[in-house]
Amino acid sequence: MAVTTRRRRRGPRLTRRDKLVLAVMIAVPTLLHLTLIWVPTMLSVALSFARWDGIGGLDTIKWVGLENYRQIFTIYPPFWPAVQHNLIWLVFFLLVPTTFGLFLALQLDKQLRATRVYQSALFLPVVLALAIVGFIWQLVYSPEQGLLNNLLGRTEQGNLIDWLGNPKLNLWAMLVAASWRHVGYIMILYLAGLKSVDPSLREAAAIDGANEWQAFRRVVFPALKPINVVVLVVTVIESLRAFDIVFVINSGRNGLELLSVLVYDNIVGEASRIGFGSTLAVILLTVSLAFIIPYLVVYFRATIGRGEVR
Amino acid sequence: MATSRMGPRLSRRDMLKMFGVSAGMAGLAACGDDGGGGAAGGGGSGSKEVTVGSNASDTLPKKAYEEVFANFQKASGITAKVNTVDHNTYQEQINNYLQGRPDDVWMWFAGYRMQFFAQRGLAGPVTDVWQKIGGNFTEALKQASTGLDGQQYFIPFYYYPWAFFYRKSVFEEKGYQPATTLDELVALAKQMQADNLTPIAFADKDGWPAMGTFDYLNMRINGYDFHISLMGGNESWTDPKVAKVFDTWRGLLPYHQQGALGRTWQEAGQALHQKKAGMYLLGMFVGQQFPEADRDDLDFFAFPEIDSTIGTDSVEAPIDGFMLAKSPREEANAKQLLEYLAGTEAVSTYLKSDPNNIAANTKADTSGYNALQKKAVELIGSAAHISQFLDRDTRPDFASTVMIPSLQEFIRKPNDVAGLTKKIEDQKKTIFTS
Repeated sequence: MAVTTRRRRRGPRLTRRDKLVLAVMIAVPTLLHLTLIWVPTMLSVALSFARWDGIGGLDTIKWVGLENYRQIFTIYPPFWPAVQHNLIWLVFFLLVPTTFGLFLALQLDKQLRATRVYQSALFLPVVLALAIVGFIWQLVYSPEQGLLNNLLGRTEQGNLIDWLGNPKLNLWAMLVAASWRHVGYIMILYLAGLKSVDPSLREAAAIDGANEWQAFRRVVFPALKPINVVVLVVTVIESLRAFDIVFVINSGRNGLELLSVLVYDNIVGEASRIGFGSTLAVILLTVSLAFIIPYLVVYFRATIGRGEVR
Repeated sequence: MATSRMGPRLSRRDMLKMFGVSAGMAGLAACGDDGGGGAAGGGGSGSKEVTVGSNASDTLPKKAYEEVFANFQKASGITAKVNTVDHNTYQEQINNYLQGRPDDVWMWFAGYRMQFFAQRGLAGPVTDVWQKIGGNFTEALKQASTGLDGQQYFIPFYYYPWAFFYRKSVFEEKGYQPATTLDELVALAKQMQADNLTPIAFADKDGWPAMGTFDYLNMRINGYDFHISLMGGNESWTDPKVAKVFDTWRGLLPYHQQGALGRTWQEAGQALHQKKAGMYLLGMFVGQQFPEADRDDLDFFAFPEIDSTIGTDSVEAPIDGFMLAKSPREEANAKQLLEYLAGTEAVSTYLKSDPNNIAANTKADTSGYNALQKKAVELIGSAAHISQFLDRDTRPDFASTVMIPSLQEFIRKPNDVAGLTKKIEDQKKTIFTS
């Protein structure tokens, strides 16, 4: 062992003390990671095969096999709508706020006058928690007292638009509200990315006779690739963990069901269907992994290929 | 306030709920026993302390309770250390709270919600206290305080009835009469529509207010015993009797305020106050949406009769009160406090500050009651049965994960009753097996 190690090392040989420090520095985070993330995750997976109301000792847990999964897929009405809403959320987030955020970033990158004022204004919603965003937009959408219906003159019985209560509308209303915040976030990410694009690239494109769109499409956008990856990951995470905004509006019911809300509904609170809720959490985990694993595979393949990871 | 679940300020409540979520997710077990934990550090029999877990987080009730406990201290020399938690958070964390180190005395609700914890051994019996104070309460209240094993576990404090609330001035001006039968209710609603009023204010964004409508319809159509049996999971939801409840409700829906699923009860209450709606089926806490000056204008009539063989023998009147921890640190002091709370002085002190309820104690001084409170006493006094509200009369997991979405679905799509009741029954079977 020692021989091979010595041969591979390029730097100075590690002393016993260095090794100890290294071991501790690796062991402590690993241990924390295992106990705080993987152990609970595995326990959730185990509990997903059980029926338990969380009262009394572990001996009160009843193992029911795949019963929870069967119930969720067959007779639990909010489940399929929740899956659907999560997917809509994801697709909408990938298309609308991302594109719009990029558009804004491009505009702000043009050295407009008072660009910082616009930047701050657009970025402002990002500092708000999504729950607060929910409160703010509730004032806009509320049926009789809301801003929107009053502007449209639709506050009377018979013609009012039920933005929050109509399940065909409320998800979209929420997506607009959530995007209002998300756009600012995406904009800042892209803006940072644009600042790092070498201006000589653009000049070269201009000299070669590329118009603005061509320069963006062929030169700037490809140079933004690292930022695109970050944006993609951020957007996927934001979509799957969406919770607070719909919870504030109507506890995530009636058209606003999301997987995260169903987990909460069943586990937290008096309902205490620990097993059933764990099953939902495992399903959410599976969905998340379906997005995360391909990303990690591609990422590592690319970086290992470039020799950036040793 | 005395609402079943919500306080007057939605926003703050919801914000706290959010904090509850993050706290709850971060460390469920840790949350249970934080506040009350080390409060009675002294222990021992000579201690002059008792700890109280309180969900009275709104300003008015909180202040009212402070006076009650101050008076108790004067009377007994025992200090009540109160650990107040936000109303909804308290409810959501109750399982963990009771399994940790709960306070000696904790606030809770009568009915199934009480029996559940008694049965699971998370509450201490107070039968000996009841032997001393039993004379202060009616038989119906004693029943509502009794666990499945025949012991008492609950000390009732106050309650508040549900009824059709309306503004006297509107009824006088338009010559309306309170409805006593379903036909009269429909006729009244039609008349209101003709007068450009929304007949029945309605809101169910938060999922629970519509439960009151279901409870009353079921009790008026099928009787109290069937209702309680249905809540206990002993009847089938696909029974034609249940379908009849939904069918009757569907007949009334056109007279309800539209867009209920996007509205809070506070907003619906304001519609009543602003004379845009003629009446509103809600608990007495609807008065919170009326400014002080207009509160005298608020009146109510009982939910009308539907079947003359059943009449109006049941009233929905959730009871709030106190329970004992399973192994209190200061048992003697706790029982002394419970006895005091069951007396006339405590509840009179309380109601002076929070007049949106009525005393459970029948001997309490009612001379300070306003007209609405007096009428509420009469309404409850005339009832043969008192129901607690759907989410207090059945399993909490059934109420929150099945009934709330189901009733909202009914309001949205009232025509598929057969499909809806089948879905409820399927889920009920899986939940009531444990």
